[in-house]
Amino acid sequence: MTTPPFEVVCEFGRLVPGRGVAALLADGAQVAVFRLLDDSLYALANTDPFTGANVISRGLVGDRGGEPVVVSPLLKQAFSLKTGACLDDEAVSLEVYAVEVVDGQIRVGALSEVKAST
Amino acid sequence: MSKLVVIGDGMVGRRFLEAVVQRDPSWDVTVLCEEPRPAYDRVRLSAFFDGVSAEELSLASDLDGVEVRLGEAATEVDRDAKVVRSASGEYPYDKLVFATGSYAFVPPVEGKDLPGVFVYRTIEDLENIKAHSEGRRHGVVIGGGLLGLEAANALKLLGMETQIVEFAPWLMARQLDEAGGGVLKQHIESLGIGVDCSTGGTRIEAVDGRLRMDTNREGVSYDTDLIIFAAGVRPRDQLARDCGIEVGERGGIITDLSCATSDPDVYAIGEVAAMEGVCYGLVAPGYAMAEVVADRLAGGEATFPGADMSTKLKLLGVDVAQFGAFDGPLATTYLDPANGTYAKLVLSDDAQTLLGGMLVGDAEPYPLLRASVGGKVPGKLADLLGGGEIEGALPDGAQVCSCNAVTKGEIMGAIHEGCHDVAEIKSCTKAGTSCGSCIPMLKQLLAEGGVEVSKAVCEHFTQSRAELFDIVKVTGITTFSELIARHGTGSGCDLCKPAVASILASLSNGHILDGEQAALQDTNDHFLANMQRNGTYSVVPRIPGGEITPDKLIVIGQVAKEFDLYTKITGGQRIDMFGARVEDLPKIWRKLVDAGFESGHAYGKALRTVKSCVGTDWCRYGVQDSVKMAIDLELRYRGLRSPHKLKSAVSGCARECAEARGKDFGVIATEHGWNLYVGGNGGFTPRHADLLLSDVDSETLVRTIDRFLMFYISTADRLQRTSKWVEGLEGGLDYLREVIVDDRLGICGELDALMEKHVANYADEWKGVIDDPEKLQRFVSFVNAPETPDPSIEFEEVRGQKFPAGSTERSQPVPLGTPVIVRSSQGK
Repeated sequence: MTTPPFEVVCEFGRLVPGRGVAALLADGAQVAVFRLLDDSLYALANTDPFTGANVISRGLVGDRGGEPVVVSPLLKQAFSLKTGACLDDEAVSLEVYAVEVVDGQIRVGALSEVKAST
Repeated sequence: MSKLVVIGDGMVGRRFLEAVVQRDPSWDVTVLCEEPRPAYDRVRLSAFFDGVSAEELSLASDLDGVEVRLGEAATEVDRDAKVVRSASGEYPYDKLVFATGSYAFVPPVEGKDLPGVFVYRTIEDLENIKAHSEGRRHGVVIGGGLLGLEAANALKLLGMETQIVEFAPWLMARQLDEAGGGVLKQHIESLGIGVDCSTGGTRIEAVDGRLRMDTNREGVSYDTDLIIFAAGVRPRDQLARDCGIEVGERGGIITDLSCATSDPDVYAIGEVAAMEGVCYGLVAPGYAMAEVVADRLAGGEATFPGADMSTKLKLLGVDVAQFGAFDGPLATTYLDPANGTYAKLVLSDDAQTLLGGMLVGDAEPYPLLRASVGGKVPGKLADLLGGGEIEGALPDGAQVCSCNAVTKGEIMGAIHEGCHDVAEIKSCTKAGTSCGSCIPMLKQLLAEGGVEVSKAVCEHFTQSRAELFDIVKVTGITTFSELIARHGTGSGCDLCKPAVASILASLSNGHILDGEQAALQDTNDHFLANMQRNGTYSVVPRIPGGEITPDKLIVIGQVAKEFDLYTKITGGQRIDMFGARVEDLPKIWRKLVDAGFESGHAYGKALRTVKSCVGTDWCRYGVQDSVKMAIDLELRYRGLRSPHKLKSAVSGCARECAEARGKDFGVIATEHGWNLYVGGNGGFTPRHADLLLSDVDSETLVRTIDRFLMFYISTADRLQRTSKWVEGLEGGLDYLREVIVDDRLGICGELDALMEKHVANYADEWKGVIDDPEKLQRFVSFVNAPETPDPSIEFEEVRGQKFPAGSTERSQPVPLGTPVIVRSSQGK
């Protein structure tokens, strides 16, 4: 497995446990990065497919039946943080990004199917 | 066109008119009404002393083809000429209906016509009683039946010492047996009301500006200021007697089961009718007669279906119910002197069939029992009598709502067709819309119909919001993680997190973005602004009462111009600025806060605005200073977190320019003070607020609103507006008044303390952000490029302002006659 190119986003401490932030990647893509209460990290595309607005990072996180999710703040659809799949519309999903912490810095990788973890 | 004349405009007469207009609008109808006002709800007459106005008791409605002649008594019926005469006119008829009701019976006691002696029948009677009570302290009610207890309650509400005198050996002798009457007496005496049974007045005389009533009992007389005769009613049949229509031995116009009198062109309905010789003193049989005659006039064959004389009342706060047979082959009773409850069930001789019974003190099993009369006993006798858990299925034919004659079968049908809560059943079947005593039964039927009425907040908490509120209050838990670890499962979601955030904000101090709370807030609360469809935000500074200085208006204009914001006046008398980018929010608020603005909480489940009219300051009609009151209320409740948004308004006079009755709590000025209305809203299902208090001073007004809001915040479900909350309270508005005005539950001190804490600890949320560098960090589009705005957000210009780009149907002119597609939008 080749290591995808990673971009440094910010210090791990910048993220409030239980919330997300948005990051702008060099290629112009927007990524939503979430820190859960157990300090695990997830990264998904930031664009809400239902409205086209870049707001996924501002949604509430939690779980649905044990699956960690983020809920779009506009029309409240839930997306799996692990797979990006929309739990309210199986035809829709968000892209998943790799994410890791190196020397206290959060780094986001290119589009990846690798499950993100700290 | 055929002519119909109706004599009398009471509750039954009015129901009859509505039924006629609905079934056969071709009738030309004239109504002669002796009273100066149209029909009103006489059943709720006592509410007049509880602050409900004559207008609110009114049942009047505009009906096509019906002319109501108020204050014009019929004086003669000429059946040969088929004409009714009054002092001022003649009204020919093809059909005539007597709906003249009853008059108060006054026994032939010497002195019964003295000033200070009243009857209890009409709004005028009540107005006279009220006027006479002023400055006086003691009253006697003659009669310990239903009406007498109502009158005693009225005197108590007027603040008078009250004495009931009843000729029968116990209270409510027509509905209760001796044991039941005894338990009721115990309750009433505990309220400080005197009860003397087996006692009758024999003579009344005026002594030193007061009244003295002697009785049949040796040495017993009463010195008092006011006497009310409430010793029963008699049918008003004189007009019928005079024109030769047959009347009963004990009064009342004799009718057959079609309500026809001895003259086939003349009908009688309601209390004046002696249906096959029997007069019915309740409104439900009267309504049934009204329907029968309306059907006959439309060519139908309806007959009187028989009367259910069951009653359930709350008299002076005591539940009393009687249903079916009064006595029978087998009776079983239960008396609990400690709790003051009594129950009696009348059974068939094999103890299998329920024939009737009565309940005093606790009428909870009433709906089930009443609906089971004539059928199998619906449970174990010990449970039915002693207040145990009752399980039992009613037959489909059992009538659940007697006011509107709705059977269990009809309700179950409605549930299967998709009615999922009590409110839906009410609108679908009319069940529960009159006296409301069957509402507990409706809840049971919903459960029986498989409708889960779970109040659980979400999959992570089995508790309702009200239960979580209590848990947080009692345990003192201050974080979501502790609450979910101890009382829930999983990690939470977008339902429970904001609900808990709201509870924590209602119960504790501190900024809503402090510590762990920040992670609970919905995006609007998290950024203290309202997210719009393109991911930008709208900004609403607080403008208390809608009053704003020119300088502050200029600041808003300057801010909107500098940050290129679309501006619009809101419905709540504020100014909304749209299209703010997240990274601009702190800069916008720095300028607003410096100019003296505060957060308007347009983003939160919290108090939004208190609208006002211009009141006495400018308006020539205003009777109180509505602007100052609105500002005071808005400043008092600003920042108060609640289960849903809260809106309010204050009108300076009855013209109601501020639309206060469409609000969660609305205040309307009167010449003597303020009227308080609660539970109104606009939105998807508009509802007018109900009158809670009238003519109160400012201090009482504010204290009552304090308690209303805190009681709501403590007990409502997630996202339940005050309207649904009030509707859902068992006992409704009366119960609400008992809790927050009379302090029946003894919780007012706690509610007051909660509100004092809120008022003392209020701080502007936006000031708390712009003074805190750590919180300010969050207001960026990109964590790794804080100065870069989101490049995908674009605007276009329409009508001189900016709008989100790509809204094509807006930028194109709409040809006339083309339907416009209405987009769903996020709540503001």
